[in-house]
Amino acid sequence: MSLERFINQAVSSWMSEEGPDSDIVLSSRIRLARNFENFKFPTLFSHEEAQSIILKIEEILRESNFTKFGQMELLKIDDIQPLQKRVLVEKHLISPNLAEDSPYGAVLLTENEEVSIMINEEDHIRIQCLFPGLQLTEALEAANEVDDWLESHIHFGFDEKHGYLTSCPTNVGTGLRASVMMHLPGLMLTQQINRIIPAINQLGLVVRGIYGEGSEALGNIFQISNQITLGKSEEDICRDLKGVVSQLISQERSAREALRKTSNIQLEDRVFRSYGVLSNCRIIETKEAAKCLSDVRLGIDMGYIDHLPKNILNELMILTQPGFLQQYAGGHLRANERDIRRAALIRERLKMESDKR
Amino acid sequence: MICQECNQRPAALHFTKIINGEKTEVNLCEKCAQEKGEMFMINGGSGFTFNNLLAGLLNIDPTVQKQNQNTFHQEEVLQCNKCSMTFPQFIKVGRFGCAHCYETFKEQLPPVLRRLHSGNWSHSGKIPKRIGGSIHLKKQVENLKNELKELIQQEEFEKAAKIRDEIRTLEKELPSSSKGGE
Repeated sequence: MSLERFINQAVSSWMSEEGPDSDIVLSSRIRLARNFENFKFPTLFSHEEAQSIILKIEEILRESNFTKFGQMELLKIDDIQPLQKRVLVEKHLISPNLAEDSPYGAVLLTENEEVSIMINEEDHIRIQCLFPGLQLTEALEAANEVDDWLESHIHFGFDEKHGYLTSCPTNVGTGLRASVMMHLPGLMLTQQINRIIPAINQLGLVVRGIYGEGSEALGNIFQISNQITLGKSEEDICRDLKGVVSQLISQERSAREALRKTSNIQLEDRVFRSYGVLSNCRIIETKEAAKCLSDVRLGIDMGYIDHLPKNILNELMILTQPGFLQQYAGGHLRANERDIRRAALIRERLKMESDKR
Repeated sequence: MICQECNQRPAALHFTKIINGEKTEVNLCEKCAQEKGEMFMINGGSGFTFNNLLAGLLNIDPTVQKQNQNTFHQEEVLQCNKCSMTFPQFIKVGRFGCAHCYETFKEQLPPVLRRLHSGNWSHSGKIPKRIGGSIHLKKQVENLKNELKELIQQEEFEKAAKIRDEIRTLEKELPSSSKGGE
């Protein structure tokens, strides 16, 4: 398969399209946790209960024609190849937990992959909407529509006092986790990030790396999300998060301007060195690739590089993950083989753009 | 310094809480601290295990837990009748077994939820459409009942009788499912 076709098939909308403030915000995500009132939660449920939940979802799919976000396809975790599972995780469409520890799991996916619904993960149902750029309100609206659709067929566990009942008490109430993925190289280079993260934590928000809990901030990409799900309305949670994100955006922009003023040539040098590495390397590890991609993306945003599309960071950060590389190669690869493949893929992708000129 | 709760005994526990950037100074005597469930930090000193930590996080006072263990055979352990999850089990795994657990453990939950959600323990977001109607009715009945109490205290029996009739008609409208369990 040619690289161009592979990319077209592999890329979801949030990776290829641009959204508001997409020079800094890569994507916005809303997740709603819901449970059937009458089945035990997935930590305790029986094989039969898990089965009937999936049957019920299949029945809803057949009977009601909900195509607002495109056709939906149900994939059972057991039927997905290990490599494909990994790719779905790398694209943030399913959680590592669903891929590895949910034997009765399944996922409903729309064509453009903006909406995914995980079934039988920690909760019976987790609705997820993933939009490019800063679009929390839009993503929340979409998630609410999916929720209303499911709610018209399912009795969700809900009580007046506790709201939507979830398996873990940290999600109860709205069941909402709103998160925003941001590229913050300016705040990293000026070392302001170390001051900012503790401040964000004090506001009841969490800062993580690109692949969620415990992952490091690869390529200067940070995920910021709410911690509190109870006692605030969905709109308030999103508004509070958006407020903090907007502040971060303006801080990042002024950090970039400050860098341009104080060390223009050093920054330009850094950007083009990284571009040089990416377009000439023969072996490259994830970490170095992420660092160089972040530099190149900063170079595009600041106008040093003008022949590359902005989404190249989003796209290549995901495409150079181990699962994707192996899918492109068509089979299992050892770590050192992956580093060679990664280098080749990046070189070829950059050449595609140079040829267009 | 005097304890801020009882204003009698000298304060033995001094600490600063920062929740969502809001600073609060707390000065309590030992007795009030135990009652408020904020003693886990000093009591947990010996043999601190992961479960202590989680129990601490869930704001369960270890002294209370110990008492429970001592009286284990006399006192019945709280257990969900739908999924058989017990409260100690919940503390251990940190996950509920089913939606009904929230009803079973409702007395124990407010401190747990307050700790996890910076002081919040009740929902104020979306309500499912299909049960929205009956919840609004229930709220109305609650308000009327409070009004009724006040009227009776003020010995306004004529008005009270009217309110009582109103409550009866509203309660008839409530679907039987939401009346159960209350």
